[in-house]
Order: sequence, then structure tokens, then C-alpha cells
Amino acid sequence: MSGIRATRRRRQSVLRWVVVTVSMVFFAAPLAGMLDFTTKDAQGRRTAATWAKLVDVEGISRDYPDLAAGFTASVGLAVLTVVVMLVLLVPTMTWVRLRVPGLSRTVEFLCLLPLTVPAIVLVVGLTPVYSWVTYFLGESTIWLGFAYVILVLPYAYRSIDVGLRAIDVKTLSEAARSLGAGWGRVMVRVVLPNLRTAVLSAAFLAVALTLGEFTIANLFSRTNLQVAMFLLGKSDAQISVAVGLAALVFAFIVLFGLSFVGGRSHSRKENS
Amino acid sequence: MTRGVAVQLTDLRRTYSGVNALDGLTLHLEPGELVALLGPSGCGKTTALRCLAGLEDPDSGRVEVGGKDLTKVSTNKRDMGMVFQAYSLFPHLTARQNVEFGLQLRKQGSEQRRRRSAEMLELVGLSAHVDKYAHQMSGGQQQRVALARALAIEPQVLLLDEPLSALDAKVRTQLRDEIRRIQLEVGTTTLFVTHDQEEALAIADRVGVMRSGKLLQLAAPQELYSRPADDFVADFVGLTNRVVGTSRGTTAEALGASLPLLPGSATEGTVTVLIRPEHLTVTQDAQGSAVVISSSFLGAQGRVVVSPGEDLQQVLVQVPSAAVADFAPGDRVTLRPVGAPALAVARG
Repeated sequence: MSGIRATRRRRQSVLRWVVVTVSMVFFAAPLAGMLDFTTKDAQGRRTAATWAKLVDVEGISRDYPDLAAGFTASVGLAVLTVVVMLVLLVPTMTWVRLRVPGLSRTVEFLCLLPLTVPAIVLVVGLTPVYSWVTYFLGESTIWLGFAYVILVLPYAYRSIDVGLRAIDVKTLSEAARSLGAGWGRVMVRVVLPNLRTAVLSAAFLAVALTLGEFTIANLFSRTNLQVAMFLLGKSDAQISVAVGLAALVFAFIVLFGLSFVGGRSHSRKENS
Repeated sequence: MTRGVAVQLTDLRRTYSGVNALDGLTLHLEPGELVALLGPSGCGKTTALRCLAGLEDPDSGRVEVGGKDLTKVSTNKRDMGMVFQAYSLFPHLTARQNVEFGLQLRKQGSEQRRRRSAEMLELVGLSAHVDKYAHQMSGGQQQRVALARALAIEPQVLLLDEPLSALDAKVRTQLRDEIRRIQLEVGTTTLFVTHDQEEALAIADRVGVMRSGKLLQLAAPQELYSRPADDFVADFVGLTNRVVGTSRGTTAEALGASLPLLPGSATEGTVTVLIRPEHLTVTQDAQGSAVVISSSFLGAQGRVVVSPGEDLQQVLVQVPSAAVADFAPGDRVTLRPVGAPALAVARG
């Protein structure tokens, strides 16, 4: 009996490794291609010239001003999107869970709605809104952040919802209030620390989505990182692909860092 | 001792979707007193406590603490400590940090906070667990920390919302006694909500029995037990036999004996007499009209279930544990009330 079980276990283990390897090849192959493309010169010789250009901040700002502007705009957009999304979503979802749980389905529906709306349709709907945004706030790319908040809502909602389900928000907030905390303090001192992993996860998804967004920025004729890369691709494909690869690696590092932070805080509590 | 203040709830009303959770509840707590609100699920006891805490807004009525009207004051400004039924320790903080939470909000210095939290954790017997997180403690320990946290802020009123219901029987009894010891030591006016009559009778100065949002009786445990105001209270607090009898003014005939009646009893006609199991005796009698149905040994005492023989329902009799073995199913016995005052209610 135990022999059959061991054989079955071995087979499952082999199958698992096959699936992992195929997935790794599937994801890694394009990245390897990008790396290969960016480390060859016109004669097909290996060179790090493209990557050297990329890490030379002054040089890239001088030689590729659109790329530098796009990168700066995207970082600004990521920060604005994350801040607005968290300020909007965390208190709202907490409030709904505490005071009007009957509304949670409606909030969920509203937050998931952007998933069903194609970006092109969103742009058509947002055009009149953005004419007012431009009128009041100017033409800066950064204000695309408001549209990006709508885009990230479904993903951020899911992350935060999972976090809220994992804790007894009602009892914790009532305990904090009975000890003298106002609603602001309840959010900052009790709810947010217990939603840390969920908030980090939502923030990461927002950053990843913002850094990768092309359609809305392009249709609104704004230059973010992706638009700059697209434009650069027409004149200097190698640097464009290198920036794309760097952005992907950056996203992986952030994801890894996130799981490391979440895992470490958990194990620290376990150990203590 | 008496650092406590008086608490007055006046004519509190609260309705949820047409159901009266509180139906004109009026309750007074003396300074330093521990009052337990007892009742079945949905009777409004927790709503009453939450109205006092400010976690629920009553539709009408007044909440006064120490002579001040707090009806419209928000929870965080009421200065009340609360222990919840669910474990409520902040998971990201250690036991010490949990206890210091309220003190930090009151802008106390770190040295003062540390001293106070150490003092409180010692009071609840958890000095060795100050650096533990909630998930590293047992349920009983978590509730102890929650009690220390509630008391650390030196609240005007301590509110305990079924704090023992999630614990196992042994820990519950132990912590119940500790709560009473600590409450007497600090002298804080305390409202304790529970559905466990034994818990309420064991630790409260007075017990209030609630039903459908109304306070049926508020009395000292002994009085509540021996002089219940109505049949619901008699049934809910302790065990009661319902025996058919005939009321004759201040006495009633039941089980072949005449029993003095408690105030509030029905004074004439056929009535249901409520008799406690310990107010009955059962003796072996081959000529007796009653028959033993079953007997059980419960440790400190025993119980015998007897059929009185007439068209009456079975009766429970409390006997010394050593006597349980004397009664076997089918034995003929004689059943007699000891003559303690009983409540008689008109038969519906």
C-alpha cells in the first residue's frame, strides 16, 4: 500500500516540476529574447552599451528627454494612483463593513465594473470629464491618475477585501473606540496595521498597472513611460526594449520584496 | 474602594426592523456595583450595554453616568472600558502594547504607561506574557489582557459583554471569579451581560432578568432565585417544576401539601405552582403513588425524576448524591414539598 502511495507521490512530484519548468520557459523565453536583443550590436557582437546608456541618468535625460519625462510622469502617476486609491478605498470599505454591510454588494459591483469596460470606452466616457480636469488643473500627465484609480479599483478592491475579511474589523474598531480612539485613529492605529499586507498588495498592483498603462495615456495624447517607449521604439528599438525589460524586472523585484516583507513580519510574530 | 459612579438608563427604546430590542428599559446601577443582565438570546441585554457604551444610539431615552447625560456623547468620549464576547485584542500589538493603547491616547508618558500596564497585567496574572501577541495566547489569557486593557484607562464604568462565553467551562469559572475579585478591588461600576444564569448569580451584586427588551426583575441573586417576580424569571433562573395546584389566597395546595405563596401569585382557582427541585423531598414508600422514572449522580448532588402518579407531568427532585443509589426506575416513592414559599401562576 505504502509502495503505491510512494509511486503516486513521485509521479505527482515529477508532474509538478514539469508544469513549473514549462511555465518558467514560457515566461522566461520572451525576457531572454529581450535581453539578447539589447545586448547585441549591429554586427551581432555582445555589448552592454544599451544598458550602460540606460543607467546613465544624465545621459538618458539629455538624449531621450521624452523617455525621462515619461518615466517621471509614470512614477508620479503611480504615487498619485496609490494614494488616491487607498484614501478612497480603505475608509470606504471599512465604513461599509462596519455601518452599512448591506451596501457591500453594491460597492463590490461598482469596484469591479471597470473590468468590464474596455479602456477605449472608458476614454470616450472620460473625455468630457477631462476637458474640465484640464480646465481646472492644467494639462499635466499626472492628472491621468484619476482615471487610473478607476482602472485599479477591481484589483485593489479584491486585495483589501481579503484583508478585511481576515480580521474582525467591527470588534477591533469598537474596542479601540471604547478606549478613546476617534475614527481617524481607529483607521491609522488599528485598521491599517492589520491590513498591511492587503494594502501593500493593492499598492503593488496599482503600481504595476500604472507603469504598464498605454491605451488611456496614448488616447489622451499624454506621455507616460509606455507611450514614451512606444515612440522611442520607432527610433531606437534597443533602448526601448531595454527599458521594457528593466520595468518588468523592477516589477518582479517589487513583488518579491512584497512577499518577503509580508512573510517576514508573519514569521517574526510566530517566533516571538 | 468606591471609585465607581452611578449609572442611570431611563426609558431606553431601540427598534430593529420593527422588532423592539429595548422596550422602555430603565435601570440604575449604584456606584461600584456589579449588575448582571441576564436573559435569552435576543432579549435586548447586549443592546442595553451597547447603548450605554455609545456603540448603539437609542431611539429614545436617556443614558446618564455620574449624573451627566451621555446620550449624545460618542463612544470614545464616554470613558468606559469594555470587554467583548469576541476576542478583541489588536493582533499587531503585544499584550503590553494592547494595555498601553488607551493610555497612549490619553497622552501618558512612556514610563507611566509601562508602569500602569505592568500593574494591570499583574492584576490579571499575566506578568509573564507581556510580550506575547494575541495568537500566542489562549482564549482565557486574551480575555484577561482585554480586561487589563479596559481597566488600565481607569474607566468610569466597566462593560462586560459575555466575555466568558467563548471559553471552556473550567477557564470560565476561574476567570469569572477573577473578574469579581478584580472588580471588588478596583471598585468600578460594572455592567455584565450574560445568558449564563450561574455566571450572573455567582458574581453580581444584583441580577436583572430581561425578556423582549423589558427588564422583568432586578434583584440580589438570592432574592431573584427565591422570590422570582414571574414564571419566566422562575423558569430562567434555576430549575423549576410546574405542578398543578389550587390557590387559596396566601397558600396553595399542591402535591398533597399546603405551600405559602410568594407575592404576585395568583390567589384563587386552579394554578400552576412553581417549585424548585430542592424544595421537594422524595422517600421510598411501597404504598406511595409516585414512581421513579430515573435518577442521576451529578457529583456534589443528585437528581431523581419522579412521576407524581396523577395526571401530572414529571417532577425533578434534588437529593444528596449519596442517596441517588437508593432510587431505581420503577420504585414507588412519596413526594412531598418542604413547605418553602412558591410562586403560583394562573393556568393559561
